[in-house]
Amino acid sequence: MSAPRVTPPTRLAALAAATALIAAACAGSDDTSADTATMDPAETTAPAQSTEETITLVAYESFPSEGTRVNELLGEFAEQTGIDVEILIAGDTGTMLSKAELSAGNPEGDVMWGIDSTFLSRAIDSEIFEPYTAAGLDAVPAALTDLAPNGEATPVDLGDVCINYDIAALDRLGLEPPATLDDLTDPAYQDLLVVQNPASSSPGLAFLLATIDEFGADGWQAYWSDLVDNGVQVVDGWTAAYYERFSYAGGDRPLVVSYGSSPPFEVLFAETELDAAPTGVVESTCYRQVEFAGVLAGTDQPDEARQLVDFLLTPEFQAALPLDVFVFPANGEVELDPVFQEYAVIPETSRELDPSTIDANRETWIDEWTDLVIG
Amino acid sequence: MNRLPRWLIGALVVGPVMGLVVFYAWPFVNLVVEAVGAESVRTVIGRSRTWSIVWFTTWQAVVSTLLTIVVGLVPAWVIARFDFAGRRLLLSLLTAVFVLPTVVMGAAFLALLPDSLDRTVWAVIGAHIVFNLAVVVRTVGTVWEHLPADMEDAAATLGASPLVVFREITLPLIRPAVTAAAAIIFLFTFTSFGVIRVLGAPGTRTIEVEVWRRATQLGQVDQAAVLALLQLVVLGLLAVWSARSARRHSRALELRPLARPQKPRTPRDRLIVGLVAGITASVAVSPLVALVVKSLSTPTGWTFTAWTDLGSAEIRPGITLGLDPLDALINSLQTAAWTTLLATVIGALASLGIAASGRAGRVLDAGLLLPIGTSAVTIGFGMLITFDTAPYDWRSTWWIVPVGHALVAVPFVVRSTLGVLRSVDPQLSLAAATLGATPARAWSEVVVPYLWRPLAVGAALAAAISLGEFGATSFLSRSGGETLPIAIEQLLGRTGSLLQTKGYALATILAAATIGLVMVIDRMGGVDARR
Amino acid sequence: MRGAELELSDIDVSFDDTPVLRGAELTAAASEVVALLGPSGGGKSTLLRVVAGIIAPDRGTVRIDGVDVTDTPTHRRGIGMVFQDNQLFPHRSTLDNVAFGLKMAGVGRTDRSARAAAWLARVGLDGFGPRLVTELSGGEAKRVALARTLVTEPSVVLLDEPLTGLDRELHDQLVGELTELLHETDATALLVTHDLDEAAAIADRTVLLDEIQRVR
Repeated sequence: MSAPRVTPPTRLAALAAATALIAAACAGSDDTSADTATMDPAETTAPAQSTEETITLVAYESFPSEGTRVNELLGEFAEQTGIDVEILIAGDTGTMLSKAELSAGNPEGDVMWGIDSTFLSRAIDSEIFEPYTAAGLDAVPAALTDLAPNGEATPVDLGDVCINYDIAALDRLGLEPPATLDDLTDPAYQDLLVVQNPASSSPGLAFLLATIDEFGADGWQAYWSDLVDNGVQVVDGWTAAYYERFSYAGGDRPLVVSYGSSPPFEVLFAETELDAAPTGVVESTCYRQVEFAGVLAGTDQPDEARQLVDFLLTPEFQAALPLDVFVFPANGEVELDPVFQEYAVIPETSRELDPSTIDANRETWIDEWTDLVIG
Repeated sequence: MNRLPRWLIGALVVGPVMGLVVFYAWPFVNLVVEAVGAESVRTVIGRSRTWSIVWFTTWQAVVSTLLTIVVGLVPAWVIARFDFAGRRLLLSLLTAVFVLPTVVMGAAFLALLPDSLDRTVWAVIGAHIVFNLAVVVRTVGTVWEHLPADMEDAAATLGASPLVVFREITLPLIRPAVTAAAAIIFLFTFTSFGVIRVLGAPGTRTIEVEVWRRATQLGQVDQAAVLALLQLVVLGLLAVWSARSARRHSRALELRPLARPQKPRTPRDRLIVGLVAGITASVAVSPLVALVVKSLSTPTGWTFTAWTDLGSAEIRPGITLGLDPLDALINSLQTAAWTTLLATVIGALASLGIAASGRAGRVLDAGLLLPIGTSAVTIGFGMLITFDTAPYDWRSTWWIVPVGHALVAVPFVVRSTLGVLRSVDPQLSLAAATLGATPARAWSEVVVPYLWRPLAVGAALAAAISLGEFGATSFLSRSGGETLPIAIEQLLGRTGSLLQTKGYALATILAAATIGLVMVIDRMGGVDARR
Repeated sequence: MRGAELELSDIDVSFDDTPVLRGAELTAAASEVVALLGPSGGGKSTLLRVVAGIIAPDRGTVRIDGVDVTDTPTHRRGIGMVFQDNQLFPHRSTLDNVAFGLKMAGVGRTDRSARAAAWLARVGLDGFGPRLVTELSGGEAKRVALARTLVTEPSVVLLDEPLTGLDRELHDQLVGELTELLHETDATALLVTHDLDEAAAIADRTVLLDEIQRVR
């Protein structure tokens, strides 16, 4: 056997490949993939204070990641405190929570936004939060703070999860909007409803809890069987349901689980001016949801994280929530935008299940639901 | 004897052995321990859904395996018996399809199938069949090639019609190969994860998918561990049965030099060969073509937007999916770079150590193969639950994913290099020794130069494996650090939007990269290249 | 058993545009043993396979007892063939190998076992039935191959260099046995070989491959 001849071209190719690989490997060590909060240039007259720290805000999919008032405000926070805020989108609420549980002690970020009252007990049990009593908490109604009695998380907003309907689409189909949960099983509304998977989506879970509230712990299964027979479509998250399947967004389902505050969104962002909301809300289906933010346990920047949590409760920030995140501010002292006031549906009563009941049964209910609906 | 000094062999193997123990054996044991908590075992075993999932996983694997074999026997026969233009190409094509990442295959089938079949079980089974055709064609085809045509002709002269010849003569003689192929295909389809995640409907749950779902979506790590253990038990039983069956049925077929496959002579033969080759090629190629086509087709018409706008995953202005497709690409490249480096170094050390240490080396060799037999999900899951407390809180480090990939890639590097090392003429080392070289020196002068080519092949394999790895990464990936396969799976789930089209675009890139690497490997003579 | 008349007319065979047989003609009378001589690679085995139906000729006809069988598939021609390397079925016992043709013909189990055993005895392998074919010696395997072919009483027996490659002693012994068997069974046989002496010993008539073709 003669000695192997590694010809010059082969050697060269090997060297080039090795160099490319090493270059690629090094290039990424300082790679940041999340978006930085933007600053509106018109608002900064003074030179921006150089930021010394950066913290990461972990949020769910529908959190505005750039170009909105919320992001502007985060930019102002950076100016005021020298702490830059990076937003890390971690999927829908359930997935976000699971990731936090699995990375407990070495969290993916410093502050988490968006664990809501339906998932809160799981978050508290897994101790993903570092308890912190935020400044400005007195402005928040006790009903909200009571949900996290030991200050594990800070309530930042509340909303109602309700069935929304596309007025024009239903008109075209010659249908009246449904008035109750029961109506949704009516064959007249066959193949018209899209909901989210409660295992991972918080509006999905809220809707499931609404049905449990209505039909009881023993009756909801039959109801959901009927929904399945009536052609209900299930998607993973709210953005997929609302921005892709909902008929108003170009999809084919005129009934969707969304928020009581979704109609004002449509009015605000309509291309041509509207004088009435194009979508409506079925009030009897609404379920009250409170959202929380908290300092993630194990963060190596707890002080900065706490500052951000404080900021999230300030009236300025809270005032921006309705129009960007489509929720009501937790801070009771904030005045609502007139557009919001006019078109948002604030139901007289909204369903809410007892937190301990939710805690005790959530897993079982989700499992049962999964077997029943998804198979 | 002119063996390498003990300490040198020790130094060579310490790295690979430590790596195997720390990153594979320990998580594995941990997984078993975690699973054996009485409470969770009772919950999982008592749940009827568990058993319907086990049942589903099994029957879809059985059906996939059977259909793949039946479908694959036809091209296997044509390739074994006939020589025709493009025969080599067809084999390469099937192999290329086989090594594609699972998410790419799922994506391609998603692109190919009409809406009515979209995400049904049959879509999944179809993908399995196309994916694994190469196993049947190569394994069975090789043995069939060694089956003398004369023997089948002899049976014909004794009055056996073609069908009877197949039943009485051919089938019994290719059965060991068919069984071996079936075992491999069953393993792959039973532990199918990427294809099901991408192509299956949400209700399509195999054990692997359920492990992943419980662990990463529902946060029920203990229950997931029980399921993982359950799967390992089933696979263990399969391995035992397969080994026993192989021993029982192995028949020393006199492997004579075979007559070269002949060109088809009669018009009928030509027609059959043409049809089979043509259909097989289209079956293999059409999913990939569909992938490219779909990457250009958005809800609003044909456009390159998905490609040009790859830098964002926007749902609406201001709302994004949270991953950046281009970032995912870069992440994958980096991960692949580190994996390749790690796997090549560890693999080279292991090969040298194994080649130099005779019998003991075989233990290491077998040990290194274990991660392949265990599913990637099990590996990733094991690592997730093991490295979560100080001082080994490595779960969130940048290097944990490359390590996971390297676990799967090292055996391929070893396979590639060991063969060459072992075929080096020992006389050469002896000759060097007589010229005064110490065993170590003789080795480095005579044997090591042969390493470069197979190491290059191994490196390319490691890169391909890393780029496409999905199972283990699904557990270890962190938000913002997604790799290509993870990004693809997420994007493809957004049916009917531009995001899904971007998913197809990314899948095309991944497919091209993998096929490119395979071609490089082929050029260098393949895994079994010997001089 | 009376062997059949064999007639080959104008046989043309080409592989990859290379002609191997050109206008080959051959006749064998009933019960006649004809030896076909020629150098290796000349096309003798090809001609044999044309008779067997394994290779379809590009042109020409094959007649057995006057019946044109050119388009008849191998398994219906009623011919038997002994291959140079025997081609015994390794996954069957010796008895099952010999009985194979009878099984194909639909003969019942007891009957065919008996007949196969009888033939094994006839070729001097009494009691070899249960043996694995892989354990047989060269000579034993050859005899089994012969028995397997002859037990079905084929109308034409084709032998493709059956004794080539055997050591001298075995060769000479088998020459005698083969001659005896062929004449005992009154078979029409076409024997392909390159050994002149072998041809002379076994066959009634010898033809040269060159002579029977159109173009030399």
